[in-house]
Amino acid sequence: MTISKTSSGSRARNFLARLEGPQTMGRGPAFWTTATVATGAAAAYPLIADAWTVGNAAYFLIWTFMAMGLSVIWGYAGVLSFGQTAFFGLAGYAYGVITLNLGAAYGLTILALVLAVVIGGLFALVIGYFMFYGRIQGVFIGIVTLSVTLVLETFMAQTAGPQWRIGEARLNGFNGMSGMPPLTLPWFGGDIVLYPGPSLYYLLLGLVVVSYLGLRIMLNSRFGNVLVALRENPHRVAMLGYDVRLYQTLAFAIGGAFAALSGALYTAWGQYITPSSMGLTSAALPIVWVAVGGRRDITATLIGTIIVLAGFQMLTIYGSQYALIVMGVLLLVTVLVAPQGLVVGAMTLLGRIFRKGK
Amino acid sequence: MMTEILKVQGLRKAFGGVVVANGIDFSLSAGAMHCLIGPNGAGKSSFFRLLLGEHTPDAGTITFDGSDITGLRSFQRIRRGISVKFQVPGIFKALSVRQNLEVAFQEHRHGQSLSATVREMLDFTDLRGEDKTPAGILSHGQQQWLEIAMAVGVEPKLLLLDEPTAGMSPDETRKTGEMLHDLNSRGITILAVEHDMAFVEQIARRVTVLHFGSIFAEGTIAEIIDHPGVQEIYLGTADV
Repeated sequence: MTISKTSSGSRARNFLARLEGPQTMGRGPAFWTTATVATGAAAAYPLIADAWTVGNAAYFLIWTFMAMGLSVIWGYAGVLSFGQTAFFGLAGYAYGVITLNLGAAYGLTILALVLAVVIGGLFALVIGYFMFYGRIQGVFIGIVTLSVTLVLETFMAQTAGPQWRIGEARLNGFNGMSGMPPLTLPWFGGDIVLYPGPSLYYLLLGLVVVSYLGLRIMLNSRFGNVLVALRENPHRVAMLGYDVRLYQTLAFAIGGAFAALSGALYTAWGQYITPSSMGLTSAALPIVWVAVGGRRDITATLIGTIIVLAGFQMLTIYGSQYALIVMGVLLLVTVLVAPQGLVVGAMTLLGRIFRKGK
Repeated sequence: MMTEILKVQGLRKAFGGVVVANGIDFSLSAGAMHCLIGPNGAGKSSFFRLLLGEHTPDAGTITFDGSDITGLRSFQRIRRGISVKFQVPGIFKALSVRQNLEVAFQEHRHGQSLSATVREMLDFTDLRGEDKTPAGILSHGQQQWLEIAMAVGVEPKLLLLDEPTAGMSPDETRKTGEMLHDLNSRGITILAVEHDMAFVEQIARRVTVLHFGSIFAEGTIAEIIDHPGVQEIYLGTADV
């Protein structure tokens, strides 16, 4: 970081300095100008697109939280979780159960969203605790996390009977829950209901910006330094006096909480959640988005996820049966051609051209 | 007589029928520069792992700086003031030299003090111009020095070195010896496993010989070289 801390107006500069560091690509005026223009363009998008298309764009934004969380765990801390959908699904169901019981008045849906994220994050903390303090490592983390999400899927799929209810909320087995209220903001002269459309889109865009900047600060902090060191050589990290298990558990809980945020928002967006959201296909897709974009960089993950999701949706519309096969091919091509990720590759190239141009 | 910083009593560890530590009694006074030698399979690395808490002993106690650390985990022992440099450089290859040092030092120093210490260690290891270089592309000797600097980052009282000069050129070896003398003069007790007898002569005041998981002999370098038993088990038979 080159920005001096002693200069005047230092508070804003300090904030900017904390956003930059060796752990994240993109720095300096050129990058932040581009980022601001891109955010501005995203904010202007509802002005030129119809409400349905904007609601659809909101759908893409929903998934970016789970992707960024996976980037933290897998790309930065070096622990491949194959079961982020467990926290996604749990939080989705939690949002449904809470809102169906409490209703949408007084901003209670926002409380439900927060509670759902807390529940998903705590579940990840508990799973992480048992894995890392139980000395499970490497590929076995993937097996355990995948098992967790598949067990949850199987469990939720058999909750069709009337005895499976929590208060007012029927779990509904394989068909899943539906009919929960969308996010609702209390406002003078009538609540604002955030149906998929511009209002929900703006809320999500704001959340993406806050999450992205927050994660950049975290990844460039001392905590982030240790996460990356863990990916490189956990033994050495332990021999520098760090409690490796604690750092891994915390990173896993943070990643889980972001997956939970996606899950609760997804349920609020579509007003339904089904067990298949925790199934094998759902569990595999975040890995494709993050790998294709570039798991070791949060910016690449964010951009890559949106691009891949948009491409995936186009494929499903024009040739649904091939979409998943194309996803698989995309993953293979990435692993073979640009293992660091296609967006990271492109950003590195752009950076090189930009520097040469100077 | 200086105070004992490390005291090992009756340390025993067996893996099935293989006894890697067979009742080791060993002590080290504060400020010492001590070498551990012995033929391959003598139990030198296992002894280090026992000291670091990577193996749990079957019997015996390890006292460090006045307190019993036998039951502590590795990271807790490191926080008490033990540090280690492994035989194979244990660095973060994808991170820059500077980041490697920051991860090592950031628990103890912050802000200005952190950058000052990083600068000091860059000078110490002669890696000034390499601070942005990914550590994985440094030369083997430089990687070894970087790891020594990282090991010093936890501000240890006792520094364990497992063959610090393995794979180094004669020039790099000599320079490493100078570094260790420098660290020792700053008050860090040093215990090194080493095969290169010339290097042992350069750094050690006293030498302990391990053989079949037990202490075979201990003394000054001259005493060890003249020891007929040692020549038989180690110096005379192994071509090092």
